Amino acid sequence: MSVLVFAEQQGGELKKAAFEAVTYGKKTADVLGVDCKALVLGSASNAAELGKYGAAEVLTVSDASLDGFDGSVYTSAIAQAAEAAGASVVVLMHSAKGKDLVGRLAAKMDAGSAPGVNQLPTNDGAFRVKKNVFSGKAIAEIEISSANKVISVMGNSFQPEATGADAPVNELSVSLPAARISVKSVDKVTGSVPLPEAELVVSAGRGMKGPENWNIIEEMADILGAATACSRPVADIHWRPHHEHVGQTGVAIRPNLYFAIGISGAIQHLAGVNSSKVIVVINKDPEAPFFKAADYGVCADLFDVVPKLNEALKKFKAGA
Amino acid sequence: MKLLVCVSKTPDTTAKISFNAENTEFNAQGVTFIMNPYDEWYALVRAVELKEKHGGTVTLVNVGGADNDAVIRKGLAIGADDAIRVDMPSGSSLNVAKQIAAVAKDGGYDIVFCGKETIDYNGSEIGGMVAELCDLPFISYASSLEMDGTNATIARDIEGGKEVVEVATPFVVSAAKGMAEQRIPNMRGIMQARRKPIKVVPAVDAANASTIVGYEMPPAKAECKMIDPENMEELVRLLHEEAKVI
Repeated sequence: MSVLVFAEQQGGELKKAAFEAVTYGKKTADVLGVDCKALVLGSASNAAELGKYGAAEVLTVSDASLDGFDGSVYTSAIAQAAEAAGASVVVLMHSAKGKDLVGRLAAKMDAGSAPGVNQLPTNDGAFRVKKNVFSGKAIAEIEISSANKVISVMGNSFQPEATGADAPVNELSVSLPAARISVKSVDKVTGSVPLPEAELVVSAGRGMKGPENWNIIEEMADILGAATACSRPVADIHWRPHHEHVGQTGVAIRPNLYFAIGISGAIQHLAGVNSSKVIVVINKDPEAPFFKAADYGVCADLFDVVPKLNEALKKFKAGA
Repeated sequence: MKLLVCVSKTPDTTAKISFNAENTEFNAQGVTFIMNPYDEWYALVRAVELKEKHGGTVTLVNVGGADNDAVIRKGLAIGADDAIRVDMPSGSSLNVAKQIAAVAKDGGYDIVFCGKETIDYNGSEIGGMVAELCDLPFISYASSLEMDGTNATIARDIEGGKEVVEVATPFVVSAAKGMAEQRIPNMRGIMQARRKPIKVVPAVDAANASTIVGYEMPPAKAECKMIDPENMEELVRLLHEEAKVI
């Protein structure tokens, strides 16, 4: 038996998320006392490196129908690889592709599933794993009783840990259905850090008074190499683009550092950001509920504080 | 076009989350329940817009007990024509998906809509499961959907951008922000909803492959450390040396 990890490649290369996934898969395999194998769909120049993070073997599937993303084709490939690898547990990242696949693959394998976990499973008589529920307001422990199990892991929950050496890479031959979804275009926001993957996020709200004042926020994001985000009201009145809206009904994020500037901290906003490792709140209202969720707070007018903070960050970056 | 919209009942976004004494069940006392916002604001409203533009019918499907009917009526007030409730208490996501798949196969729908996730269990699984069980294409996290005959052009959210795809009906789609704007039901809609049918069907036989065995609250945050607004160097130092995030 083994644990199979779907390691996503982007543009022919494995990125950090793939190594996070394998690190999680290896630790899960250790809990179960089995080995860990990785699967790459399409080619990745650094596929063998997955061995360093715990994969005993890397399987690859090269097929033109995997070039565009059709979840049913990917699901078929992963299910066949799981069978070939003798894997009853499949680990995915809870990424755009992972969220698309987790349900589909669970149905295909008739598996119990745990989507979006952020802790390792336990296996003391029963397979159990925890995940955040109610948009981060609580944690649920899920017991999976079926033989097959599908787990997707929240990004930035487990840092990649390289311990071993490169693994053998073997091409797997599978038979795939024809794609029914055709990808017409991929439009990535260029020149800035994509929000869901960002480790540092600078976010601002209605306290900014108008879209013309955002230059100090963008400057701060530039200095830090951070992504910019915003609260719902600001996106709704079109001060900022919708893809920047974080919160319960926008994007849920879990960066290492989240700056909330001029955002009061409504419960719906907190639900989307409360998994951030460190939260800094800048608000002139000492009663702003966000201070209760913050690690560091500055109670002052943001138009005074943010330029000073930017200067201090510039000095720090110059010295670092 | 025959459109099916999966709707789920969830606690209100501002609900205080608590559990029973054993921490094994959600405490529903005093909690207001709503239709899952992604199901309502984006999936249902887009389905109703497509019906208004291209003709057809919008059917709601919900898996749950009779206490879900209030949420279903709201969906009918927003513009759905009828509803099917699979009479089953809550189950695992795969069990619920099997119930919806049975309804979807039976009805021969052109598009099955659901929200990108529910705001209670945040699974984002149901759409993909239904698609697999019905052998249909699935497009997740769609932020726009336009129909041209039987062909759809859909934009879906991916890391740091969007992907535009084309797919022919029938298919399953999960709706994210951008797909439509929230609609408040008007008095006429609410009056009409009272007369629209909710068909109650028995559950098909399926097992729960996963169960929630316990809940806990997230660890409490340490007290917020307040920093002197005149000393931003101190904040930078703490972020670097104490929090180690920059």
